[in-house]
Amino acid sequence: MNRLVKKTVSNLFALKIPSRSICTGAVNVPASTVPEILNENEKKENNTISSNSVQQYDIAIVGGGMVGMALASFLAIMPMTKQLSVATIDSNPALSGSMSIKKEDPPDPRVSTVTPATISFLQDAGAWKYVWDYTGLGYARYNARDVNKDFLGCVAENKVLHSALLSCIKDSDFKNTIYPLRLNSMTLNRSSMSVVEENMSSRESSPAQGQCAKLQLSDGSSIYAKLVVGADGGKSRVRELAGFKTTGWNYSQNAIICTVEHPSENRCAWQRFLPTGPIALLPIGDNFSNIVWTMSPTESNQRKSITEEEFLKDVNSALDYGYGSRPTSSLSGTRDVFSWFKMGTTVSANESFEIPPKITKLASQRMVFPLSLRHANSYASKRVVLIGDAAHTVHPLAGQGVNLGFGDAYSLSRVIAEGIALGTDIGEVNLLKKYEAERKPANIAMMAVLESFQKAYSVDFGPFNILRAAAFHGANYIPPLKRSIISYASGEQNFPIFL
Amino acid sequence: MAFRATINRILRHRRFPNSANSTLHLTNNTRCFSHAPSPSPSQSFKANDKDPHSGSSSLKDNELAKFAAISDTWWDSEGPFKPLHLMNPTRLAFIRSTLCRHFKRDPYSTRPFEGLKIVDVGCGGGILSEPLARLGATVTGVDAVEKNIKIAQLHADLDPTTSTIEYCCTTAEKLVEEGRTFDAVMALEVIEHVANPEEFCKSLAALTNPDGATVISTINRSMRAYATAIVAAEYILHWLPKGTHQWSSFLTPLELAMILHRAGINVEEMAGFVYNPLTGRWLLSDDISVNFIAFATKTQNTI
Repeated sequence: MNRLVKKTVSNLFALKIPSRSICTGAVNVPASTVPEILNENEKKENNTISSNSVQQYDIAIVGGGMVGMALASFLAIMPMTKQLSVATIDSNPALSGSMSIKKEDPPDPRVSTVTPATISFLQDAGAWKYVWDYTGLGYARYNARDVNKDFLGCVAENKVLHSALLSCIKDSDFKNTIYPLRLNSMTLNRSSMSVVEENMSSRESSPAQGQCAKLQLSDGSSIYAKLVVGADGGKSRVRELAGFKTTGWNYSQNAIICTVEHPSENRCAWQRFLPTGPIALLPIGDNFSNIVWTMSPTESNQRKSITEEEFLKDVNSALDYGYGSRPTSSLSGTRDVFSWFKMGTTVSANESFEIPPKITKLASQRMVFPLSLRHANSYASKRVVLIGDAAHTVHPLAGQGVNLGFGDAYSLSRVIAEGIALGTDIGEVNLLKKYEAERKPANIAMMAVLESFQKAYSVDFGPFNILRAAAFHGANYIPPLKRSIISYASGEQNFPIFL
Repeated sequence: MAFRATINRILRHRRFPNSANSTLHLTNNTRCFSHAPSPSPSQSFKANDKDPHSGSSSLKDNELAKFAAISDTWWDSEGPFKPLHLMNPTRLAFIRSTLCRHFKRDPYSTRPFEGLKIVDVGCGGGILSEPLARLGATVTGVDAVEKNIKIAQLHADLDPTTSTIEYCCTTAEKLVEEGRTFDAVMALEVIEHVANPEEFCKSLAALTNPDGATVISTINRSMRAYATAIVAAEYILHWLPKGTHQWSSFLTPLELAMILHRAGINVEEMAGFVYNPLTGRWLLSDDISVNFIAFATKTQNTI
């Protein structure tokens, strides 16, 4: 039964991905172009002058990760929004220090698969060229001829994407002030009339800030912003402070990630669904690949602590010879059933089963992360909006998480530009709800699909396994369905069905 | 429920020239746009009327007090003024595009109205005035209701960009008497509430600079408008309090164009607002059968 489980999965998920040599160029960001940071002296000055000279910004992005900085770079390049003043609040030193990505280091284990849709957003923002700068080499184009596209996606290290976005922002005139602090608390004025009454009774706060949200930072200072963007990840503080309710559950699974090395070059992404959870192998250039292996918490703790040799043996067994024999390409057998569709059969359906590469070396430490599903019931309220993992956290099995986040950042930046064109106050709920109306259905659809995959593969029961395998067989050999799946996973389509 | 009933009771005896709330006028089914210098008695008899064009205002303290509660909800985007808040971006899109074209401003600028003097007649709580100020204009907001002006001023003071708006509790006619003129005159959702549209348009014309722009929006006097703006909006969906609009006070686009022309202003462009119930958004369209907006300019050869 396990044989059937893995039968066509490899074919279906054998995405051809161009290889990227991620670390082929050493990049040192010169100190002179480091973004303006509130250094110790300045901070002291601000504090002594007292709260009257608080800093006021148009937008405060809490969380300067990939999605937060993507939002900043999208805002930086649009004519309607590039004059906005933005404050980024994140205590991550990578944001303020000089970043050097050295060629000699093996790829970082934190990687993301980036869909073509995301790549086009990043290209529009002018950030994609920095990703290329870091890699140095041109990339090999693979014809994802199934959908008449050049490639199905790209695997990039998170820190490369992050640096690319930061470089893009720095190179533009965009005013982005980085606060290397944490957010302590937030004061949001729910009703503008209450603010008015407050201002009338007490003369303390200058009325000009009355309409803004006040953010108290970990060093005691405060900043004001017209709009607070929560881009601070799955355990979002902004989401908590603003009172957004969430729905979700923890998967009883952890993911182990690490970088591995293999003698042969690999240009293909693999995913094998095992009874305990999927294992994925993602190429990141040359002879390196990234492993994302989902399993139960006890197993993950055990696998984290065993020796490198034993771990590699486990990995190879999981990818290839363990759990059952390799699927045979059933070109002769089942094709008769589907000969109907022979005309329009996808290219990849004609290819036989490829064997994943043999892993020979562990190239980084093993990291373990708990997995969960979480979705904020609403993304926007007055003066606050959530993007990225703060709004939705998904299972990594299809590599969609950060792509949903980039989609959010793109949509929000467009909505803000529209608002500014019409003189709207950017913190106004009706404007932010437009962003929510655009992204929420798409995000929920994707989460539903991923969740159903996760549930479908967590059952190990004979007849059900056969059914599941048959479904995947069908998906592999029925061209319209396959094209639709690939289109959806690439971010070309927002919804899985033919809408 | 009780709140809604209170509003209805209050509004039945009161009207605003500007806001979405007004009373039942006494009905008359035709509008006579004659050249008679003074309005005929059959037209200007509206009881308890706050006609901005009669010099006197029949404001009474108790009536003002009744509207205090409602005035506070101007800026509550989920409150009774929600339809206006939802329609606002659509109106602004039309205004932005027509004014940019007329005054030859860069449509991709973030403050295209820099240097333009605009008056918002019947500004209410300032829902239109504030975005205009953010787009760079020097805005004057006028409304005959003191409380509205107070609310508008307080709300505008919360943001440095909008605190420059000059709010006056006055009428269009009084502004004309003061001799003030503006590059653009806005009278959105006002003309259906005034007693004498023709006189009102004459005042608007007098406020406009030569080669300036006048923008008026109102509701068409059509069967469809009766079904949507009155029956659906007031009685079924309860978007507006019952009695806000009187069908007989609506103007058809042709009538509006005629009275504007007689006042020396030529309508150049018209567009309609259409509501999409599925998305809950308003859109600009060519359909002027219900809500419509007109962009007009003052011809050079008129005073």
